[in-house]
Amino acid sequence: MSLLSATGIAAAHDGQVVLHDVSLALEPGEIVTIVGPNGSGKSTLLRVLISALKPLRGKVTRAPGLRIGYVPQRLHIDPTLPITVRRFLNLPHGVADPDATTALEHAGVPGVAGQQMASLSGGQFQRVLLARAILGRPQVLMLDEATQGLDQPGSAAFYRQIEAVRAELGCAVLMVSHELHVVMSASDRVICLNGHICCEGTPEVVSAAPAYRELFGTGTGGALALYRHTHDHDHDHDHPHPEIEAAE
Amino acid sequence: MMLDDFLVRAALAGLGTALAAGLLGCFVVWRRMAYFGDATAHAAILGVALSLAFHLSVLTGVAAVALVMALIIFALSERGHGMDTVLGVLAHGGLAAGLVAVALIPGARINLDAYLFGDVLTVTRLDLAVIWGGALLVAVVLWSRWSAMLTATLSPDLAYAAGIDPRREQLVLTLMLAAVVAVALKVVGALLITALLIIPAAAARNFARTPERMAALASALGALAALGGLRLAMWFDTPVGPTVVCVAAGLFALGTLAGQVRTMRG
Repeated sequence: MSLLSATGIAAAHDGQVVLHDVSLALEPGEIVTIVGPNGSGKSTLLRVLISALKPLRGKVTRAPGLRIGYVPQRLHIDPTLPITVRRFLNLPHGVADPDATTALEHAGVPGVAGQQMASLSGGQFQRVLLARAILGRPQVLMLDEATQGLDQPGSAAFYRQIEAVRAELGCAVLMVSHELHVVMSASDRVICLNGHICCEGTPEVVSAAPAYRELFGTGTGGALALYRHTHDHDHDHDHPHPEIEAAE
Repeated sequence: MMLDDFLVRAALAGLGTALAAGLLGCFVVWRRMAYFGDATAHAAILGVALSLAFHLSVLTGVAAVALVMALIIFALSERGHGMDTVLGVLAHGGLAAGLVAVALIPGARINLDAYLFGDVLTVTRLDLAVIWGGALLVAVVLWSRWSAMLTATLSPDLAYAAGIDPRREQLVLTLMLAAVVAVALKVVGALLITALLIIPAAAARNFARTPERMAALASALGALAALGGLRLAMWFDTPVGPTVVCVAAGLFALGTLAGQVRTMRG
């Protein structure tokens, strides 16, 4: 049985229908990436899946007692709210100190527990969000543009961390991104979204699909192959990177 | 008996109010609900007028109208309007309507100042029971839902993903706000309730590293302001409510200065 499935979803954002006829299912342990241009309804879809938004039509089914770890796009903490990283990790449920330490290590930010959330860099902040999400031993980890504001090596490292977390916890991962070449290399399955699902499949299948090429151009195909083979090394940054935003 | 002394009753009333206002005030500050507090508190005057007109106890009238006002604001914020202006209209419209309503009630000769600025020196034992009952209710409710409320305050989406309904938490906060208005009316009056909510919390921010310590410190600073304000008001023969708020504002100024100095020293 799927962990999480959606059938025939239609949803609105700011009074505009941005999603229609979206159906998907998430199986245990797989990494699925949703790609699509700005305004294609990626974040809206994720918000429907975590029940933050009621769909206009369609239905979301979760496995009973499903644990979801959610990493939002960004989190604005009001400056009047003091909170240390350690305290943040206790939300919404308290966790033991050793678990918190391990989670921070797994997320790649050991030793920040005593710092104020507001004093963290962008990359550290996102990793703390990831640490909090994995502390709940999630069966599904959901990330919404989790690498926004990180530079390219930073986001590549972040996605490698996600793969490590998946290997460690065995959780399914559902993420939204516009950084195709970085993200797709780490995915088992890619869903290309533009109001509806244009195409889906393995990264190779999607990057060759006409609907995908229409949205993103052909330039990313080569980069994808490149990253597919080299994404566990750091020496590939001298290659020209086709910028996805330019194609949007 | 100790409670026979009006000063002791006044001090206890101030302490109870400070406890509840300190805890709730942190959420008011974190969620930027100051205008929300104003609108709910100002509606209390309308509650006073209605209780005179219908011969209800003032507490009943104030609590009922504060509750209705809080629920109206809650319903409006659900619809996500530009809230600032709407809240401004409600806060000041509610106050004006209350003042007009009091004047329209035939034969009513009340000391409106007592409701606008508080009248803690005339607190009765029954008032004390209401204040401490309300304060403990607010403290227990906030404490039992603390983690869910904090998660919802940080990010509604994080709350949803964890199975917490942030709208429910907002509703509970709204109800607690109405309770604090009913509790604090006698102590600082409708016009200064918001001050008691936000000033101790803002002062506590300078010294706290976690939300819990900020809340505890806000309650403690509120209590200090209540007792210090009462003492100063006795010395200088000034109204107690405004004096309490002045002391709280003084603590905020000192705290901010101390915080700056500490930052400069690194």
